[in-house]
Amino acid sequence: MDLYSDTRDVPFDSRTITRHRRGRFWRFVYGASTVVGIVVLILLLLNVINSVFGFSAIENRIQPDDLAINGIPIESLHKNDLVFILEQNLSAGLIRRLADDLPFEERSRENVYDLVIEWVVDPEVIASWSLFDSIFNRDRIAEEMAERYPAADLKFLSWLTWKFITTPQSSDPENAGVRTAILGSLYVIGITIVFSFPLGVGAAIYLEEYADPKRQINRLIQTNINNLAGVPSIIYGILGLAIFVRLLSVLTSGAIFAGSAGDATANGRTILSAGLTLGLLILPLIIINAQEAIKAVPSSLRLASFALGGTRWQTVWNHVFPSALPGILTGTILAISRAVGETAPLVVIGASTFITSDPDGPFSKFTVLPIQIYQWTSRPQAEFHSIAAAAIIVLLVLLLSLNATAIFLRNRYTQRL
Amino acid sequence: MTKEIHMTAVQTDNEDITAALRRKPRFNEIVIQSFLFICATVSILTTIGIVYELGKESMNFFLKVQWEEINKTLAEPLSETDGVLLTGTSGAAIAEGDLIRIDQEQMMVLSTSDLTLEIERGVNNTGIAPHSAGRVIYLARDVSLLEFTTGTRWSPQVGSFGIWPLLNATLMTTVIAMVIALPLGLGVAIYLSEYASDRTRNTLKPIMEVLAGVPTVVYGYFALTFMTPLLRLVFGADTVSIFNTASAGIVIGILVIPLVSSMSEDALSAVPRALREASYGLGATKLETAIQVVVPAAFSGIAAAFIVALSRAIGETMIVAIAAGAGPAFTFNPFQSAETMTGHIVRISGGDLSYDSIDYNSLFALGLVLFFFTLGLNVVSQRIVRRFREVYE
Repeated sequence: MDLYSDTRDVPFDSRTITRHRRGRFWRFVYGASTVVGIVVLILLLLNVINSVFGFSAIENRIQPDDLAINGIPIESLHKNDLVFILEQNLSAGLIRRLADDLPFEERSRENVYDLVIEWVVDPEVIASWSLFDSIFNRDRIAEEMAERYPAADLKFLSWLTWKFITTPQSSDPENAGVRTAILGSLYVIGITIVFSFPLGVGAAIYLEEYADPKRQINRLIQTNINNLAGVPSIIYGILGLAIFVRLLSVLTSGAIFAGSAGDATANGRTILSAGLTLGLLILPLIIINAQEAIKAVPSSLRLASFALGGTRWQTVWNHVFPSALPGILTGTILAISRAVGETAPLVVIGASTFITSDPDGPFSKFTVLPIQIYQWTSRPQAEFHSIAAAAIIVLLVLLLSLNATAIFLRNRYTQRL
Repeated sequence: MTKEIHMTAVQTDNEDITAALRRKPRFNEIVIQSFLFICATVSILTTIGIVYELGKESMNFFLKVQWEEINKTLAEPLSETDGVLLTGTSGAAIAEGDLIRIDQEQMMVLSTSDLTLEIERGVNNTGIAPHSAGRVIYLARDVSLLEFTTGTRWSPQVGSFGIWPLLNATLMTTVIAMVIALPLGLGVAIYLSEYASDRTRNTLKPIMEVLAGVPTVVYGYFALTFMTPLLRLVFGADTVSIFNTASAGIVIGILVIPLVSSMSEDALSAVPRALREASYGLGATKLETAIQVVVPAAFSGIAAAFIVALSRAIGETMIVAIAAGAGPAFTFNPFQSAETMTGHIVRISGGDLSYDSIDYNSLFALGLVLFFFTLGLNVVSQRIVRRFREVYE
């Protein structure tokens, strides 16, 4: 009997084709889920960019042309004429307030010109359109402008400007900026680093180089760190509220250092409390990352050092730590970029939302970039959403540069080892 | 003689050498080691701090009677013998069975009619004393554990503290998030580990990491300004309100996709190549190998990833604070606004919260619930990894 004659023309497994078809189908599905992830990232960015740029209808309280003196437009007027315009159009009280800030004699011409634009011309955005609308629906926008805002100018503007970055907070979206928020973020992160980097690295060195893993206490510490890494950030906010803001308010409000530049009104809701809270939050991350970096140091380095009579600390300080440093720094930077974006714990410990003066030390009230974004997003008006989007871009750029530094460090130093 | 001298010399030399070789106490080393140990214990202190503070303030929430000022005053003077008092018109209403306090004296309200209250004087061994008109009436608020765990109404203004509206909203956003994140995250992981070429993987993984590194407040903005309008477009603006749990849940799902995919991918990549080769050798297709061999082999890691993602979704705050709505509501409709536990904590702590008020304490009770939920999930995930891990080679 010929075993093969019957099956030669039929596939030996009639299900093969279906099986392969099913394989291709699912391969497509898996690929598609990956694409979804990337598409979402792109949508996220587009959505932000979409609200930052676009046409805006701007209405001036007084047209700049009407302010021209003897036919000279205000752009080319002398400073004294500009001061004259201010005095003509503004109330005496306001003039006195501006002069109190800085006398007109000491102001530059540009500065006075800006005042004229801000207070006299007083441009106000009465409607704004998103970038995609501005590009694809220009005709409709023009129609709507003619119909509803005949007196307004249509201008393509970006909410993200140099002025946005350098001016402090304002209740008016056109004049609002993120200066105080950026400074607040930097102060808070500074304190976070000072607090958590030495502690985190110290703990990692202890766990990797000194601790006997058989001892109960060391195992407890390790498990505990792993669990802390999974605690939601808002819990740290509650902890910060109870410990730093309330219990240690004498310390964190700066009252204990009487005479220093403390802001007693902040009652513990200060930059110091925020920095310490975020420090506790990222401590487990720093420890875990640093432990990984220290583990990666080959043990031959340690043994060589011991063989030459080095003590444990000499070995750690002169050999293990320098070798592990790039890894530790990378991990720390990643942990810090987490802290930069944290919002919830800072809301809970009571970040102030409306601050116009720069923070002047660890004991002043503060606001940070994510809090600003949260605040502006929570407002119903579209203009606030636009400046929230502009602030998001600032935040993302800050984070991106942090991450780029981390990648740079990783690439540069890992090759040398 | 000379030999003897020589002997002693050798002996002393030996003693010197032994002394020289004896381990010297190095104080610096001890100090440094102690310092490093203290660094490590900070994490323990943090945990103790969390448990202690949450526990203490939650105890206050449940056990201590809080005296809330309700803006109500005594309209007529109250003598020592009066059993009825007349209140002013302003302020919150006092109901039958409430405990009130005027000055130091506590009184139980027996019945109410309009502004007159029939009261039992000197409750809880507080002395009966006359009170002049215009004294402030304080209302006692206490929360029983039963009310907290079974109540379906959370409105601190009228003293209802049932956790279910908040818990329900949290569970809804979490479930929606998991429905999005688990299949997509696992799909991404299988694609990256089983199908993608090295080059594709090396480009895609950093993109996923970027997605994971975007601050949650940005996702909140995305939920409110993109996902909600999209849902309103698809399902109609009448059915979907501006703040809703569906939008928040979907975006939380997107947020945890990278978490699920990177942890699962690590687990899948750890499965040895031999298993795959054996499966191919038996004639299995790539899909069959992936689903029937690799995924089961990496089960512990994938399960752990799911649980960590679950815990992350429960604790997620800013997305729900921005997009899910402000105001506790007990609803199962994902298109309605509802406030989650985390969202509630953020909202009430955002204002100037006075210490020792019942609101302040309620924050800690909610925090405690949240803490135990997430801690429990983390412990379970570590258990799973340890228990079901398949060790190869």
